[in-house]
Order: sequence, then C-alpha cells, then structure tokens
Amino acid sequence: MQALEGSQAIARTVALCRPQVVAAYPITPQTHIVEGIASLVAEGQLDCEMVSVESEHSAASVALGAAVAGARAYTASASQGILLMSEVLYTIAGMRVPLVMTCANRAVSAPLNIWNDHQDSMAMRDAGWIQLYCASNQEAIDTTVQAFYLAERCELPVMVCVDGFTLTHTLEPLALPTQAQVDAFLPPYQFAHALNPMNPWSLGTLVGPEHFTEARLAHHQALLDAQAQIIAADQAWAAVSGRHCGGLLEVRGRRDARIGILTLGAVLGTLEDALLAAAPEDQVRLLKLRSYRPFPAQALAQACADLDTLVVLERALSPGAGGIIGPEVQGALADLPTPPRVLNVAAGLGGRDMPLTLYERLLQWARQPGHPPFCLLDAADC
Amino acid sequence: MQATMHTLATLRQQQPRFRGLEAGHRACQGCGEALAARLVTEAAGPDVMIANATGCLEVFTTPYPHSAWRLPWVHAVFGNAAAVAAGIEAALKQQQRATKVLAFAGDGGTFDIGFQALSGMMERGHDVLFVCYDNEAYMNTGVQRSGSTPHAAMTTTSPSGKARMGKRHMKKDILSIISAHHIPYAATASVAYPSDLRKKVRRGLLTEGPSFLQVHVPCPLGWGHSGALTVEIARLAVQSGLFPLLEMERGEVVGTMPIRTPRPVADYLRLQGRFGHLFGEDHRARKELEHLQALANRNIERFALRGSTPERYDTEGADTVHRGGDRWA
Amino acid sequence: MLEIRIHGRGGQGNVVAAYLLATAAIEQGRYAQAFPAFGAERRGAPVAAFVRMDSQVIRRRCQVKTPDFLIIQDPALLSVTGTLDGLRPDGGILVNAQDHPLLETLGHQSLMALPATELALEHIGKPLPNTALLAAFLCLTGILPLSALQTALAERFKGAVLKRNLALLEAAADTVQAGAWQEKVIHAST
Repeated sequence: MQALEGSQAIARTVALCRPQVVAAYPITPQTHIVEGIASLVAEGQLDCEMVSVESEHSAASVALGAAVAGARAYTASASQGILLMSEVLYTIAGMRVPLVMTCANRAVSAPLNIWNDHQDSMAMRDAGWIQLYCASNQEAIDTTVQAFYLAERCELPVMVCVDGFTLTHTLEPLALPTQAQVDAFLPPYQFAHALNPMNPWSLGTLVGPEHFTEARLAHHQALLDAQAQIIAADQAWAAVSGRHCGGLLEVRGRRDARIGILTLGAVLGTLEDALLAAAPEDQVRLLKLRSYRPFPAQALAQACADLDTLVVLERALSPGAGGIIGPEVQGALADLPTPPRVLNVAAGLGGRDMPLTLYERLLQWARQPGHPPFCLLDAADC
Repeated sequence: MQATMHTLATLRQQQPRFRGLEAGHRACQGCGEALAARLVTEAAGPDVMIANATGCLEVFTTPYPHSAWRLPWVHAVFGNAAAVAAGIEAALKQQQRATKVLAFAGDGGTFDIGFQALSGMMERGHDVLFVCYDNEAYMNTGVQRSGSTPHAAMTTTSPSGKARMGKRHMKKDILSIISAHHIPYAATASVAYPSDLRKKVRRGLLTEGPSFLQVHVPCPLGWGHSGALTVEIARLAVQSGLFPLLEMERGEVVGTMPIRTPRPVADYLRLQGRFGHLFGEDHRARKELEHLQALANRNIERFALRGSTPERYDTEGADTVHRGGDRWA
Repeated sequence: MLEIRIHGRGGQGNVVAAYLLATAAIEQGRYAQAFPAFGAERRGAPVAAFVRMDSQVIRRRCQVKTPDFLIIQDPALLSVTGTLDGLRPDGGILVNAQDHPLLETLGHQSLMALPATELALEHIGKPLPNTALLAAFLCLTGILPLSALQTALAERFKGAVLKRNLALLEAAADTVQAGAWQEKVIHAST
C-alpha cells in the first residue's frame, strides 16, 4: 500500500498498461490524470506519444486514429468534454474500436458546475461503450487494467467512470499492481481490423438501410456478450493481483435483508460505513452496480428476487422524466414473480455532499409507503 | 495507327501506375473530386494510410459492402479528419513505421467544421499531408454555401433573388491562414493540371511535418455545368487568376504557376450555373462581375502571376504535357 | 476515527498539507484519507481540506463536518463564516498567528497559536506556514512521530528545499508543548 492521490494512481496504472498513444485535452477534474501521464512521459518512464490536442473532439479522434493504426490508445475527460466528444464516442463504438477512456465524472452545465455527479457518462449511455463505475480508487486502478483487456478482447471501447474529486482528488492508501502482474494479464495490443497497407481495407464506411440494422444488432450483441467477459476479466485479474472489483454487480451488506439499496460509484463507501454502524435490523442489502453498459438485467433480477423494496440511488437526472437507472432497474425486475417496489432517488448532484445520514434517510424512505416513484433527495421532503 | 495504339498500350503496361482509388465508385459524371483523389493516391503510392472526413468522397467510395479504395482508409466524422490522421501518425511514429499519412476532406471539413482540428494538427507538427478537395460548397448535402464558396456564387443557402446576388461574403483565404501556421509546405493545385498536382503530392509527402494541399475540384452538380467541362472549368479558374497555383514554405511563397495569357473571369464564370445571375441586365450583376475581376487581378498582381517559363511550366504549357513527354506531343 | 479540517487560502498549500498529513499516517501503517473541499478557488480565496485517520479501512467519502481538530493557516479565517463550524466540543484549534486581536475575543480554551509564517520565513524564506503547522500539530497530539512527516515530505521535496523544510519541522515542533493535546486524541478516538 502506498499513499497516492486517485488521479496519480490512475495515471500510473495507465502507464503500466503500456499505452502507445495518449491524447487528451484538460478539463477539471480530469487534469491530474493526464498531467501525471505527461510527467511519466517527460521523465522517460513511459514510452508513449502524448498528444495534447486542441479539443476533446480531437482527443477522442486522435485516440481513434491511433487505435485503428494498431496502437494501444487512451484518453480521459469529463463533463463538457465528454459531450463535445460525443459524436466521436458513438463512432468509436460503432466502428468497434478498442480503446480506453477515464471519465472523471462531473456535472454538466448549465448552471456551470465543476463538481461530481454522473450526468456526463449517463449522457453517453447509448453510445455503445462498455461503462464500468468505480466505487473506490482501488477499483479505479484495477478496473483500468481490466478495461484495456476487455476493450481489446471484445473489440469495444471501455469508459472507466471515476467520481471526479471524490475519488480523483482523494489521497489514500492504494495498492498499485506491478509491471509483471499487468504484463501477465494484458497481452500486447491487437486489433484485427487495424489499418494495413499490405492488406488494405476501409473502416467506417457508409452503410445503407439494407445493412444498418444488422450492424447495430452486432454491436448490441457484442455488448451483451461482454457481460461474461467482464466477469471473466475480473476473475482473471483477481487471480493475478488478489483483488477483484465485483464483476457486473456486487451484493454487500446484509444478504437476508428485505430492503435493498442499489447505487453506483463512490457513494457506496459512505453507505457501507453507515450500514456497518447501523443496528442489525436497520442493515440493508447493498447492491453495487459496476457495469452499467452492458446492463446486467439478469444478474439484477437474481440479486433482487427476494426483496420487498429496492431503493435506486443515482447521481444524474433526466429532466422531465426523473431517474435514468431507476426505470431500467424496474424493467429488469418486472418479470420476477413478486418484483420489489422500486423507489428511485437522485442525490449528490453537482457535488452536493452525501453525508452518512443519507443511509438513514434512504432507509426511512423505503419503509414509509406513499412516496412518489422518484425524488431529488437533497431538495425534497421525502 | 494500329501500331501506334499497340505501342501506347504497351508503354502503358510498362509504366504501371498504382491506383489507390478504383473505378466503379459512385461519383457523378465529371466529378472533379473523384478525379483529383485518384491523382493524389496515384502519386502517394500504396504505403499510406488515409483518414477521410465525411463528405461526397467518403459516401461515393464506400457504400457498404463495397469500397473503391485500394488503400487502408478510415472515416470517422465530419470535423475530425486531421485529428484522426494525427492519431494514426502518432501511432506510426511510436512504432517507428515509415508509412505516410494522408487526411482527405472537402472544403467544409477544411475551412469550416474541420478547421479547428486541422489547425491543431498543424500546430503540433504531425507528419501528415492534409488534402482539401475544394469544390466550394457543401455538395454532399445538396449544395449549401461554405466558407469556401466564392463571393456572389449561388448555392441553395445563398440563392440569388431580388434582394441578393448569391453569397454575400468572400471566399476564405485558407492558404494564408494555413501558411500562418508556418508549416514546412503548403500549396494549391488544380485537377486541370495533373502533373503539377502529382508533383505537389509527392513534395508534401516528402516534407517532414505537416503539409497542406488545396485542390480545386469543380462539381458539375453544384456549379451547374456539364460533366464534360470539369477540367476546362478548373483550367479557366487558374488562367483567370481566380484560383492561383502556389507553393509556400514556412509561410513564404516559393513557387507559382505563371499565367501566360490571363483570361477574363467572365470566361470562367459564364460556363457555370452558380454564376448565371451575374450575366443579366442587372447593374448589380455588372458590379459583381467587376468585383470578381478585380479579385482575380489582385491575385495576379500579388503573386506576380503574369508570364511564362522556358520549361513551359505555365498555365498554357503545364496541362499539355502529354504522356511520355514531347516525343508524342 | 480522527477527523481534521485544514483551512487556508488558495496558494498556501492547503491540499498539500492534507496530503502530507495523510501520507504520514499511511507511512505509519494507518488508514488515512485526504481530500480538498473541491473548489474553483483562485489564489487568496478561503479553501479547506479534510483528513481522516483510523486504524481501520475508511470507506466514507463525505466531507468532514464535525472535525476533532482544525488547523487554520491564516488567523483572518477565524472570522470567516463556517471556519469553526462543527468542531467537536473538546476539539482543538491550531492557528497560524503571532498575536491577532481575534485570538482573545474567541477565548477558546483549546486554541493554540503558532507563528508558523515567521518560522517558515526564517527557515525556508517563504511565507508558507503549512509544514510548520503540521509539525506542531503532530507534536501537540502525539498521533504520529515527526519522522513520519519527514518521510512524507521527502516524497514530495528534494535537495535543499527538503533540507530547509526538515529544519522548519524541528523548529516548529520545539515551539509547542509535546503531548498537550494527547487527551483530546483519546477523547476523539473513543
């Protein structure tokens, strides 16, 4: 264990994965990650082309170009940067280009806000990327290594979602893998469709109505198939490092509880601390959603089959509808013989502190009937 | 006659040319861009990778499951050809591979939506040849005005009418903007002057660092002319002085194609539907014509274009270089 | 669990102080966590950072609202709203001050003043009070040996800068009464 800031730990883990091209544009709270990588390159500790581009649109594009030219590529961004990248992110996924991006999760403007929530990555929900959410900096480290493995094995880009500031700017004791561990786990970059003058082909062509659906279906299927790969990668990495991140979905807390709380990202730690301090009768089943895309509907249904109430705590909002994950979870549980009542709350938007008492509030909320199906917890008397 | 034909065919076989862009693509008849792309890839040879912006060139060459490219080629989005090319170049550089990188874009993907990425790529000094196929409007979406559309030209979003004489604004002087990046090599070329075009492609590729080539390519559909007149119109653009052929190194003009006998701009404009409104009885039309003539004169003066060279490398001689040289002339 | 909130001004090395303190604890085999009260603050603006220490894994990510100790890098911050908020009844305040009118008016029993800026100027030639305050804090509380902080500093600074900072640590530690706040630590951890 060593004392490391989350961003520095991510930068050093990325370096251990031997990226050949890193492209990035600075945005708070992602900056420390790319500064860390830039300094490793400057110190000669990482042999990699560091391309400091003029926009996030170009950051994603440079990463795309590098990956299709046969190089392991990485980028990182957040918030407005993710949104500026968005058309390229769809393209990267649609072309099935394997690359890895860290999203240092941050709210989306307006109002301008640099603090943490999940609106940015949620806005890219349908871009066709694998999205893995990290509950701690240790998970950010281990998920980053797994992300390169998954991207290249599934021919899908992977977005590693790390809570901005809450994780990226927190210093804590962390275990970095050794180079030997990473090398044992992660084979050299391979992309079967890399550009090659000896065997030229065209990538990113125009596809008409007669083939488009098939292309989308193949993409959809690849993401569904990635579920097994995400579990396998987590297990394979555990065999190498001794640490795992919970596959698609992890159940913690009290297994026989009738109330469950599902969430994603770093707030899980706060809830867990509160849960450990709670009286036995107040202890809930805690569900950590790690893989948001692919969406582990089956694993969710299994984990929630015997619950009476499930609170879905999310960190983003779909204005005019409510929650984003909540309705998806509800849909996944609909076919259970006795599906639990799903209560959906959003909290911690734009960096609003989520104190230990959040746990109690969620529990009270779950126990009292007659609540609206969705509420913004920090603003409502619910 | 028979013997000559046979000789030419044999000669042609003895001079096999690499074709990067195959026949059978779906461009319109007389497409200047398709012709130029063939010439560019021919000169560039097989050891390249191409990043192509969204546009006609991408659409007409790659309707899945077909592709007209014999080169490794990638298309991502409209505005990022330069950035994708930069990524390819970074990867090749890191792997110490000698393959050259080309970026292809239309004028929209160069002057407008792709400009930021292009400027960034040049500023960072990537070893990429960026080729702009300049047909002076958004042709892929049905002829809308771009930053490259010449003053007074009619497009679907700069129509002429009682209150308007086509595009109100000037054509962006992209070469000056590019040269302000002080890149090692920037040039203009025309599809009417193939050997000049090929020479510039080769020079761009030999140059270490970013290079830029703006190729003037008529669009029969968008400009409103017969497909048979593509080369003729492209030549008139050069001969009138409206599209001067220049070479620049680190921001300085180092070469021009002299105009032996400047042609009036009206000769160039009259053949195109997009300038049709300039040939009515309207006094505004006459004023616009005078204006365009003044722009051409200004180019001729600014770059000292009037004249000829002993090697016949001028607007009259350069395009009459026949295959195999003077023996068959 | 021990919770500390550090107040300062942008540019005073507030986050660095929090990181150093947590690093020192981690060096000693403790669990610790340090993070800034994330802001877009520029130089001179009031800022805060948080440190938690425990013998067990720290999972929570919420801000420190009821600190056991406050470390205040600028006495003027004492009059800024929120600076003293939530301090536990038996908590301690370590403030960088020689003498400041507010010190008396506050009249807080557990308020300790250290002329950290003067000490820093003397030893490192820069008005950076953060490391001197940390050294004094460790000495007062006895939570970590000074050597842990020295090790943490050695990870961030090298050469002459490090040497001068180490001298500053010693000087600052000598200024306060060792173990004066030991009771408070025992109280906080129980």
